[in-house]
Amino acid sequence: MTTSTAKINIATTSLAGCFGCHMSLLDIDERIQDLAEVAVFDRSPFTDIKHCNQSDIGLIEGGVCNAENVHVLREFRKQCNILIAVGACAINGGIPALRNNIPLKECLEESYIDGLGVVNPQIPNDPELPLILDKVYPIHEIVKIDYSLPGCPPSADAICAFITDLLAGREPTLPDELIHYD
Amino acid sequence: MKTNSISIDGQQITFREGQTIIQAALEAGIYIPYLCYHPDFEAHGSCKVCTVRVNGSHCSACTTFASDGQVVDNHCEDLNSSRRAITQMLFVEGNHLCPSCEKSGDCELQALGYYLKLFGSHFPHLFPHREVDATHPHILLDRDRCIFCELCVRASREVDQKNVFAISGRGIDSELVVNSPSGTLLDSGLDVNDKAAHVCPVGAILIKNQAFQVPIGQRKYDKNRIDDADLIEVKHDHIDS
Repeated sequence: MTTSTAKINIATTSLAGCFGCHMSLLDIDERIQDLAEVAVFDRSPFTDIKHCNQSDIGLIEGGVCNAENVHVLREFRKQCNILIAVGACAINGGIPALRNNIPLKECLEESYIDGLGVVNPQIPNDPELPLILDKVYPIHEIVKIDYSLPGCPPSADAICAFITDLLAGREPTLPDELIHYD
Repeated sequence: MKTNSISIDGQQITFREGQTIIQAALEAGIYIPYLCYHPDFEAHGSCKVCTVRVNGSHCSACTTFASDGQVVDNHCEDLNSSRRAITQMLFVEGNHLCPSCEKSGDCELQALGYYLKLFGSHFPHLFPHREVDATHPHILLDRDRCIFCELCVRASREVDQKNVFAISGRGIDSELVVNSPSGTLLDSGLDVNDKAAHVCPVGAILIKNQAFQVPIGQRKYDKNRIDDADLIEVKHDHIDS
């Protein structure tokens, strides 16, 4: 009895992403009520819980661009039974990975020193800022992931189909019309 | 008795003398996935996506001639799994960032990924450094997306008779190069009406100023799976000729 009523824990985060995948998750509209019947959100931008508790499903948006991303991603891997790369950035670095062919020094100089309209030019070096990585990495290069859900962002229908499969204990997949990389 | 027929996944089809397996299959309405094959050009046999099993041996369907009584396996999980791995390797070898590519929705590499239900990269991304050539007034060359199918090389050589493109280097160091004094498209003689400017299956060679004439979501492979869309095209070609 207890197990049948226990809710599924879903944790979500956005690393080097734009929160577009989270917006798409919210686009499931009223279906979120059906989801709320069977699941609760753990650590997520929706709850503002700061650290991930033991969760059944972890949804990761965004690639890995700095030391904090690595830390958060590892916490999610440790706490989530099933970890899913959601969206183009988590899967292959996405738009932020466009910087991967430009030396980091040049990126920083363009943003904080030479760029148009820069006031008081200096490269931020506050010790509280997470260190930026040499490249933006897809998350599967940092931790093992269980599934990938492509799209920029994946549509609400795609997210719904994927999670519905998982909640039903099926191997998640997508019908043809919901598979998009853009 | 000679019947000029082969079986593909248990379906009997006929072929004409001199046809390859992929030609016979497409004509019979059977899709064999491919990237470097093109009905207008001599087969290249390099992408290996069209690998099928013929009487138990792996062969490229675009370079193997159909011959009487062949038993061909095409759509089975082990072959599709290899095709998926090949496609993933093509994705990680270049810089294929679909959301920022204007070919998205019309791209054959992407459409092949959709067809094979390829959801993730699996392999580490190489993020190679490759040069963009925007010197030509009407044509853009973005080498990040080149998959080395050599369709532009073949089109320029066989149809345009210009030899504008070639592949230089080997293996992971391969690069699409331009045959011109400056090494750029500007003084290459490539014309916007050349076959080579229009044959690229991915977003490596693009005609400028056409990017979003058809909006994302309404493009060829947004509406049709690659097997449907391509079969329609093959049929049209057949009727036209």
